[in-house]
Amino acid sequence: MPTYVLRRLLIAVPSLLVATFIVFTLPRLIPGDVVQLMLEEKAYGKDLEELRAKLGLDRPIHVQYAAWLASVAQGRLGESLWTRQPVLAELGRRLPVTLTLGALAIAVAIGIGVPVGIIAGARQDGALDFFSRSAAILGLSIPAFVKAIVIILLPAIWWGWTPMIRFVEFSKDPAMHLLQFVLPGTILGIASAATIMRLTRGMLLEVLRQDYVRTAWAKGLRERVVVLKHALKNAIIPVVTVLGLQVAQIAGGAVVIEQIFGLPGMGQLLLESIIQRDYPVIQGINLVIVIMIVGSNLAVDLLYAVMDPRIRY
Amino acid sequence: MSNTVQTLSIPAAPSRPWSLPRPLARTLRFCRRKPLGAIGAVIVLALFVMAVFASRIAPYAYDESVARMKPPSVKYWMGTDNLGRDIWSRVVFGARISVTVGFSTVLLATVLATLIGVSSAYLGGSYDILVQRVVDAWMSFPALVIVLSMLAALGPGLLNLILALSILGAAGTSRIIRGATLSVMQHPYIEATRALGATHARILLRHVLPNVMATVIILATIGLGAVILAESTLSFLGFGVPPPYPSWGGMLSGSGRTFMYHAPWMALWPATAISLAVFGFNMFGDALRDMLDPRLRGAGGGPIR
Repeated sequence: MPTYVLRRLLIAVPSLLVATFIVFTLPRLIPGDVVQLMLEEKAYGKDLEELRAKLGLDRPIHVQYAAWLASVAQGRLGESLWTRQPVLAELGRRLPVTLTLGALAIAVAIGIGVPVGIIAGARQDGALDFFSRSAAILGLSIPAFVKAIVIILLPAIWWGWTPMIRFVEFSKDPAMHLLQFVLPGTILGIASAATIMRLTRGMLLEVLRQDYVRTAWAKGLRERVVVLKHALKNAIIPVVTVLGLQVAQIAGGAVVIEQIFGLPGMGQLLLESIIQRDYPVIQGINLVIVIMIVGSNLAVDLLYAVMDPRIRY
Repeated sequence: MSNTVQTLSIPAAPSRPWSLPRPLARTLRFCRRKPLGAIGAVIVLALFVMAVFASRIAPYAYDESVARMKPPSVKYWMGTDNLGRDIWSRVVFGARISVTVGFSTVLLATVLATLIGVSSAYLGGSYDILVQRVVDAWMSFPALVIVLSMLAALGPGLLNLILALSILGAAGTSRIIRGATLSVMQHPYIEATRALGATHARILLRHVLPNVMATVIILATIGLGAVILAESTLSFLGFGVPPPYPSWGGMLSGSGRTFMYHAPWMALWPATAISLAVFGFNMFGDALRDMLDPRLRGAGGGPIR
């Protein structure tokens, strides 16, 4: 097991490297005349040469990449072109908001998706199976921002109740701070919950038809033991894989949800810095997202080894 | 599996004196076996008609000011917005954006993905390994973040939107096409063709591509719903088509959100349009996939039953 963990960590390194290269080259797609344009806004630098130097566009690309990688390794992400604030400090302020939102969304996805999937699978073609499958199709078809707007709008039309869109700091009112994440987190998690529910149901249906499950029934075990103890152990493994992929989905969805609910998270920062063309900030955010996703894939792989003793590395 | 059972059980159909023309019979069979898919097909068709004949269907021009913030009525089916424009007309013209972006993105993405996937599988070796690692890294990003970063570099606009979405869509699709190509190349007829001295171009164009085509078409159909969803999300965030022209996502953001408490119809109708369109394409794509290739069930990021 320790050798497996070590080997898996080593495999993560090249994919992380390629990802950092993409993070780095994306802003490099800026055509030259944009540098000119940025200069005309007078906000970034005194003259063209200084601006190029600041963006690091005056050196060969491989030199730039190596230099950037070296500074990232030392924990320096540069400073914002606009506010002159260190990118790392800004990310430190924004990351907790997005992480809270994301954690809540994943909790909703697992908390709704897995139990409903199990019941729907165990009682195939039952009322709940039919209802939850229809709900899942709806949950997947309606985009998150449409859900959010309709959920904010309908209570306003019917009862004149509107949610407050003002961010409350944790230090001021901890309960209120957490409460304001409930609605956005739930909306963000619904699409993932639908995906996980469908997968859990499908896998359970498949496993329940296997011979060893029939044996378990034949032994006279109760349904709860057969489904939850025997069948679920095998059915849940692919669900964990998809859960790892959902982390990327949720990170992307957070951009929209933060914008609608006025949460000052990384997604909002990303939108702001894209509009302001604040390239060091964009690079920094993308780097954090890549690390989170590569990390969650790693966690999923390690979880595999724990959950499925047949997997030996 | 159920395919063979059903065709065997109704053998007498053609002998009836008034048998339906074949395309119609096929359509009816599709409706009976995939009711949700049929509903999806109707929505897709309606969307097409709206997009093509927008200027005939819409009672007013999309930027014509008729009456300010009127609720839905007989005259203005979906009400009017804060600038006095008829919302039904704007929804109809908005279909053009969805359809244009949807189809051109899927077309471009499919061509790109086929090029990458087939070449990666055919050439193999270190080229394959290199390309696949890039695809890995590309796929590990959240889609929205990658597109936003690309639009930051390219600038907003219809063409750039299509470009960014295509490159994004091509990565995941190319992986599946690569897999399909690898399995085609296992067949003895490829080896036989090579032994006959066929050129690479001939093997690829006459033997590999036609056999990969089914997979490619299915992937393209499934991708449409996702692309339309992505387009509306980006328009909502302000990275879509510039304002005077209506797109459903754009109608929901900005003034749609500012005035939504006073004029909820300004937000609700475009929201309904987006949801219906995505639902329609998803259901139609799903059903088509099930009918065309049961082996692909569950693959390619599509929903799993």
